[in-house]
Amino acid sequence: MFSTRNFNRSKPVLFILILFPSLLWAYQFVTGNLGVNPIEKLMDELGLMALRLIIITLMITTLSNIRTLKSIVVLRRMIGLFAFYYVCLHFSTYIVLDHFLDIQFIIQDIIKRPFITFGFISFLFLIPLASTSTNNMIKRLGFKLWKKIHYLIYPVAILASMHFYVLVRADKTEPVIYMGIIILLLIHRIFKRLTRPQLAQ
Amino acid sequence: MKILGSEITPYKTYLNRRKFIKGSLASAMLATVTSSAFANHDSDLSIYTKNLNENDKLNSYEEITTYNNFYEFGTHKKHPHLNSGNFKPRPWTIKIDGLVKKPQTFDLEKILSNVTIEDRVYRLRCVEAWSMVIPWQGFQLSELIKMAEPLSSAKYVQFVTVFRPEEMPGQQKRTIIWPYREGLRMDEAMNPLTILATGLYGHEMPNQNGAPIRLVVPWKYGFKSIKSIVEIRFLDTQPETSWETLAPWEYGFYANVNPNVNHPRWSQGTERRIGEFKRRETLMFNGYEEEVAHLYKDLDLTKFY
Repeated sequence: MFSTRNFNRSKPVLFILILFPSLLWAYQFVTGNLGVNPIEKLMDELGLMALRLIIITLMITTLSNIRTLKSIVVLRRMIGLFAFYYVCLHFSTYIVLDHFLDIQFIIQDIIKRPFITFGFISFLFLIPLASTSTNNMIKRLGFKLWKKIHYLIYPVAILASMHFYVLVRADKTEPVIYMGIIILLLIHRIFKRLTRPQLAQ
Repeated sequence: MKILGSEITPYKTYLNRRKFIKGSLASAMLATVTSSAFANHDSDLSIYTKNLNENDKLNSYEEITTYNNFYEFGTHKKHPHLNSGNFKPRPWTIKIDGLVKKPQTFDLEKILSNVTIEDRVYRLRCVEAWSMVIPWQGFQLSELIKMAEPLSSAKYVQFVTVFRPEEMPGQQKRTIIWPYREGLRMDEAMNPLTILATGLYGHEMPNQNGAPIRLVVPWKYGFKSIKSIVEIRFLDTQPETSWETLAPWEYGFYANVNPNVNHPRWSQGTERRIGEFKRRETLMFNGYEEEVAHLYKDLDLTKFY
């Protein structure tokens, strides 16, 4: 049985582990060690990390259904906020480094290119999630409303994986794996609701 | 192979020359400063003097050989460099068939002994909106076409890449339909800018860049420049090409570099030149408008992209 205390204790280590890649890539970028096309590389790494973290938050919710892992849910907020952190870095790399604040061009890009549209909407949906991720906010909104807002994580995850899927030119194995995981987790949730509706309340 | 031998310009010398080339008249044309051992610089200079404009600078050998697309070795741009070690580019033959006087198979050495290897410095613009400037060694495709003796009914040329899944790990997966195929209209194939390249930076063509022989069509997106060619077929109808077959709404047969034709994934208006921080404007026909625009004067380029 893992207690809430066990998981809380692991938080500082987890914090550093998840933060570390961003520091490493920033360092490699500045020192010119991110390969031949560093801006592309940076953007890809940040985006992939964000997508993986989003999927992990969904997994945590599912895992917390297992009796012995119930307390794992205390890690969800931190990982969710880190997902937002990586999405912000990913998006600002696109805005600042890739397109050098050419806002007019960027708006066109968001409208015209479906994969960027998906990514952008996913980012927008993450903002209310991140900004209500405090105990105080849960109190102010009430748990029910708060929970409703946080259902946004499903469109966020689906759009983010579609963003990746559409971007890949030919070998879609990796994005398909991510999409598959997201769909399985969703099916599990729906199944749970249908079979034990009282628990979903 | 022709460009090999004691008189070849060493790679180091090439790098040192970069400093010299920059800012000199020769910047427009690497050809004037390379060894005459493997390049006949007296051929039509006017074709490539304007091919490297003042704003262009050669990409390094490392950039060119560690970052490129060659799905036969994997889908990531580092894969060709990492996974092409087991590829054996010798011995090599090219099969010529279709609408020709006599179908035959040429030994690569035989082809090379009949052509003139020249230096050609070309911009390469990938459909993914990145670009490089690459010093190729090669010969005009038109020379091989003359050797092949196509019939007057031949209107198109199709190219096929080698299929060797045991040496090309990317081919073990059905990412695209193997073997890779590309094609050109006959007048595009005969255009003096179109070359078959056998080397870069004075080296034999590295495996990851399409050893031992590849096409280079500088005014078209990079995927048209098919690598490791084993078959050339002359046809009277437009051949199927790999990317067009896979996603016709994204990649057309012509695939001319065109900043005005939108692409669902990448804006084609700008590009990142590898090694540069800020994007630059993409030029019509990748800057080779003067040489090739006439080929398309009767074609609606937004429809035939």
